[in-house]
Amino acid sequence: MNHIAIIPLLLPLFTGICLLLLREQRHYVKRAIAGISSLAQIGVAFALLQQVSNGDILVYALSNWPAPFGITLVADRLAAFMVLTTALLAVFALMYAMRGTDRNGRQFHILFQLQLFGLNGAFLTGDLFNLFVFFEVLLLASYSLLLHGGGRKRIRSGLHFVVINVVGSALFLFGVGTLYGVLGTLNMADLALEVAKVPAADMGLVKAAALLLFVVFALKAALLPLYLWLPTAYSQTSAPAAALFAIMTKVGAYSILRVYTLIFGNQAGPLSSLLDPWLLPMALATIAIGSFGLLGSKRLRQQVAYLVVISAGTLLTGFSLESTTGIAAGLYYLPHTTFATAALFLLADLIVQRRGQMEDRLEAGYVITQQKFLGGVFFALAILAAGLPPLSGFLGKFMLLRAALDHAALPYIMGFVLTSSLLTIIALARSGSLIFFEANAVDKSTNTSVKQVEPEPLQTRELLPVFALLGLCILMTFKAGSINAYCLATAQQVLDTQAYISAVLGHGAQP
Amino acid sequence: MEAMISILIGVLTAGGVYLCLRSHTFPVVLGLTLLSYGVNLFLFMMGRLVIGKPPIISDDASSYADPIPQALVLTAIVISFAMTAYIIVLALKARNEMGNDHVDGKDVR
Repeated sequence: MNHIAIIPLLLPLFTGICLLLLREQRHYVKRAIAGISSLAQIGVAFALLQQVSNGDILVYALSNWPAPFGITLVADRLAAFMVLTTALLAVFALMYAMRGTDRNGRQFHILFQLQLFGLNGAFLTGDLFNLFVFFEVLLLASYSLLLHGGGRKRIRSGLHFVVINVVGSALFLFGVGTLYGVLGTLNMADLALEVAKVPAADMGLVKAAALLLFVVFALKAALLPLYLWLPTAYSQTSAPAAALFAIMTKVGAYSILRVYTLIFGNQAGPLSSLLDPWLLPMALATIAIGSFGLLGSKRLRQQVAYLVVISAGTLLTGFSLESTTGIAAGLYYLPHTTFATAALFLLADLIVQRRGQMEDRLEAGYVITQQKFLGGVFFALAILAAGLPPLSGFLGKFMLLRAALDHAALPYIMGFVLTSSLLTIIALARSGSLIFFEANAVDKSTNTSVKQVEPEPLQTRELLPVFALLGLCILMTFKAGSINAYCLATAQQVLDTQAYISAVLGHGAQP
Repeated sequence: MEAMISILIGVLTAGGVYLCLRSHTFPVVLGLTLLSYGVNLFLFMMGRLVIGKPPIISDDASSYADPIPQALVLTAIVISFAMTAYIIVLALKARNEMGNDHVDGKDVR
């Protein structure tokens, strides 16, 4: 058995445990261990990607219990791609945190590693109940990371986040329980086989369970009616946590892609394409509401949080096309939007520190120090996020629209995606000009004069994570050909359920 | 028996949902607890109601109780227990920080 499939789980878990044993005073040691572990995770993710890039599906049976009796980890192209995206994002979020955010509260590094453990586990697991467990691991870590640093607003938004996610977990268990009760298995490959032969009398139950799971995944992915927790939670938390959380909505999108192409995929007979009436309209509506939120935001970080909402909608628009090109476009867009929004969260934090009492309110204040430099970086990131040429955002949206060309809903997809891009440009241009160009000596909310912040020289070191994330997106632009080829191969593999089933259950298994 | 258990799960869940929608943190925490009781019971029952049957293979058993839901519910109980503890601490912290126990932090009285 090839052990590489479990290393992305063991590495952060053991790092977290090691960090737990260290005393709080030794924060340099903690930083070093966390940093080395995160770098090593990139290496492991690359090695995993190498192993699966030829189309192999690595199956790891825990304790060597054969599927479907034991828990399996399954590493295919999609899982490896998500693990690599997470590892790359994590290392730069951690780098930013090491400027001092990690010292604002205890156990930051431990929680960070456990969050990575949960994320990697959710991507690699091949068992539906295990997916629930890893969701809980990443949520528990995120609850604490969200509150890192404390403060009134953070606790209020944290309370909402925790309550809605606990309700979501209960719904997840109802869905999983119903599926087990009817189908008698929880292994995803085995479920795919069982769903195909479910008797007509139980069809309704399975359908209800499937749609219940969709509600849970939509909640994690922040789809339209269930996105309300996101803007406050993400805009109030500390910058490195917000940057890492950029991947959290993608876990929901990943789960939707995995569960509804594998279990309720083409082989599922009458239960296939369950989401057809829901996913595309909801994704487009999410794009619309996100764009309005973007225009109506009063704070920069809130605006970036709405960019996360829009990106979830765009991503799921790609996935809902159910074609190879559509899924591939979504997969190319996924790391791009994760890196772009994470970089914007980090940059917003740097801007907050330079505006004193104005924080990130989108009102004219004193022109901040080094406005040209920071403004230039903001400009580049805004281009990236809005999807203007020449950067990867444009390529992602272009691929998405090209994939939608022969789809029946093409006019809607074109209309929503392009209008939202225009609204994004307008909103970000307005924020940029308010923050960087307009000077106003009076704070309108308190009617006191705005104090100019002492010019604090901006060190390149501080901007390094932002530049690195921007650099990753530029690299994605230059390497678009090979990344797109990988995404297309991934999409083909995702739609080829038979390959997944025979990899997990052996070659005799037929739907 | 089945009907009684189903009604019990239904009542627990309905009570949980109602309390979750209240405006103060304490009822919300209670609601989440009830909801987790309901879902744990539901998960447990998914192996069907069987009395006096062994869950592991033995020579003189004619039928078995399904052991998987028992393992699942154990996991779910541990998780919901930890969540409840966390939410209680968070609710107390919110009460201290905001000076009242309204979920949005506004004092309505």
